[in-house]
Amino acid sequence: MIVPIVFLIISLAGFVLSGLPLNFVLNEMVFRLSRNLILVMSLIIPVITGMGLNFGIVLGAMAGQVGLIFVINYGIGGIGGVLVAVLISTPVAILLGYLTGKVLNKAKGKEMITSMILGFFANGIYQLIFILLSGRVIPIKNKDMLMSTGVGLKNTIDLNIIRKSLDNLFFGNITPFPIVTLIITALLFVGLYFLLKTKLGQEMRAVGQSMHIAGVSGINVDRTRIIAIIISTVLAAWGQIVYLQNMGTLSTYTNHEQVGLFAVASLLIGGASVNKASWKEALIGTFLFHLLFIVSPLAGQNLMGNAQIGEYFRVFIAYGVIGLALLLHAWEKNKSKTQLSDI
Amino acid sequence: MDLKKIYRKIGFPRLIISAFLILLLIVAAALNIPMSGILQDIFTRFGMNAILVLAMVPSIQSGIGINFNLPLGVIFGLIGALISMEFGLTGWTSFFVAIGIAVPLAIIAGYLYGLMLNRVKGQEMTVGNYFGYSVVSFMCIFWLVAPFKNPEMTWAMGGSGLRVTLSMASTMGGVLDNAFRFEVYPQWMPKWLVSFLEIVPVGLLLTFAVLAAIVWIFSKSKLGTSMKVAGSSEAFATSNGINVDRQRLLGIILSTVLAAIGIIVYSQSFGFVQLYNAPLYVALPAAASILIGGASLRKAKIIHVIIGTFLFQGLLVVALPVINILSEGSMAEIIRIVISNGIILYALTRKEGEAA
Repeated sequence: MIVPIVFLIISLAGFVLSGLPLNFVLNEMVFRLSRNLILVMSLIIPVITGMGLNFGIVLGAMAGQVGLIFVINYGIGGIGGVLVAVLISTPVAILLGYLTGKVLNKAKGKEMITSMILGFFANGIYQLIFILLSGRVIPIKNKDMLMSTGVGLKNTIDLNIIRKSLDNLFFGNITPFPIVTLIITALLFVGLYFLLKTKLGQEMRAVGQSMHIAGVSGINVDRTRIIAIIISTVLAAWGQIVYLQNMGTLSTYTNHEQVGLFAVASLLIGGASVNKASWKEALIGTFLFHLLFIVSPLAGQNLMGNAQIGEYFRVFIAYGVIGLALLLHAWEKNKSKTQLSDI
Repeated sequence: MDLKKIYRKIGFPRLIISAFLILLLIVAAALNIPMSGILQDIFTRFGMNAILVLAMVPSIQSGIGINFNLPLGVIFGLIGALISMEFGLTGWTSFFVAIGIAVPLAIIAGYLYGLMLNRVKGQEMTVGNYFGYSVVSFMCIFWLVAPFKNPEMTWAMGGSGLRVTLSMASTMGGVLDNAFRFEVYPQWMPKWLVSFLEIVPVGLLLTFAVLAAIVWIFSKSKLGTSMKVAGSSEAFATSNGINVDRQRLLGIILSTVLAAIGIIVYSQSFGFVQLYNAPLYVALPAAASILIGGASLRKAKIIHVIIGTFLFQGLLVVALPVINILSEGSMAEIIRIVISNGIILYALTRKEGEAA
């Protein structure tokens, strides 16, 4: 529990330094939690299955964006648009998750670095499709999405027609808070809880404990791992849709890039490790990470007279906490290894 | 020799990439793109990048695998270059002072980093990668608050904090590239020699040759051999009385020092020092280059560096003008992303020791 406490102290110090009103911070926090929790949650299952932190959720985020681009292309607005985006992105995410799982099964023991490089690689393919082929090979009906040359999607796409349509569903007239999104997030967490109680969930745990023993006891290890990654990728796709419908603009070529980094950092700040994570860590971590996010530019401004320092500081925190968590995990694992050989 | 054997010797990725490179060269010729310019670019970019790729060799040989923490060495190389620029040194003095400052710092940093890596055996690449990212983002803060005073280096407004790119034109820019080039060539020189010297940056390539020779001689020495043994099998090395941890330290120190020298050589040829997030983008192309050259996560030789850097940089150099004519400029960038990450992915999914 030491990590979340340290970050709580840093965040609180930053909060005091920033001088922001509590009301504003809490308000901001509700929105940030509602739009980021599903993305962070998507990391939990691969951790339990022993595949470490799945930086490959970047591919899921891409699938979500594919769904949104489809919706904007056909001009389907409102909550219907969000549903269609989910319907389109889910099969894409399942396919990408399946491929990711296949690749990661070939790189056992190196899943994290492999999933990260896979994210970079997929980014290249994504750019190939949306910069070079869209408008030329792939027909785009909505000409507003294309660059002036008529080929390639614009850097930013307006999502106004579906903006906050999920957040404000049913309760939009009563309160500005994203009630429905929070309910759906809670339902997904409950679903995750029950999934882990099923036979499949138990198999995932077993694979996470030891691939060898799980294999000997008749569990299809490779298949279980692929299913875990598929679930993770699909959740990431949905998470990205929820995130973007709240934001209201899609940065076509950059929105997905940071997803892996920020989600992983959030989960780890909550006290999760490479082989242990649950909804508690996801919730606490997302809260703390985004608290840091809100206060650090102003804190940097007030402390050092330079907002840029706060900006760099939070990037440093994101990378640093991941680096430290990986370091500590590998350290522990090595210690237990040498102890075994000493006996 | 039978074809299958040759095919296996060359390997699938090299075959594809060479074929692609040749195809691009033919297209370039068909489009009347001047060959001398392309050749000059290929040689220059080869020289700029080869030392950074060379830095991968000791780390792979000592069993650490790809050194994703190349940015660590790069940072100290940059600090060396910055200090020598701060004092307003020029030309060769500037270059050697930069190296002189960077190398000891890189040795210390490499030693400490090596101590850390020895505790995380098996996870060096993941840990190293994020450690490198953290160091780079931490240094972003450092560049902002560092006590550099030279007005050519700091932001014009406010007078503190280093700029994102610093010109080296007045300090050490191009000292190696132009080492054998003259404003006016002497009369006795034949014409072909003049144009050869104009196209090929002899000084730059010689620098790489010297460093590569040092690494090669080292790997043939007793110390280098024990490092390779430690890298190929820890148990075997221990049973032969080799201190594996010490060999790994040696490998990572060498790698870090080469990265520091590499970035100074790169910057002087490029003409600019790039700070802030720039060091983040050093490790992946270097890793891709050596893997394209035929190295694996366990085995690397100098020849892999030469082939890999030549193919990878050649591809980028030739692709850019060809694609600018045929399609948009972003295509070249996309090809770079797909090829460099594709080859690393390919290597990661091979079984241990199998060449990419």
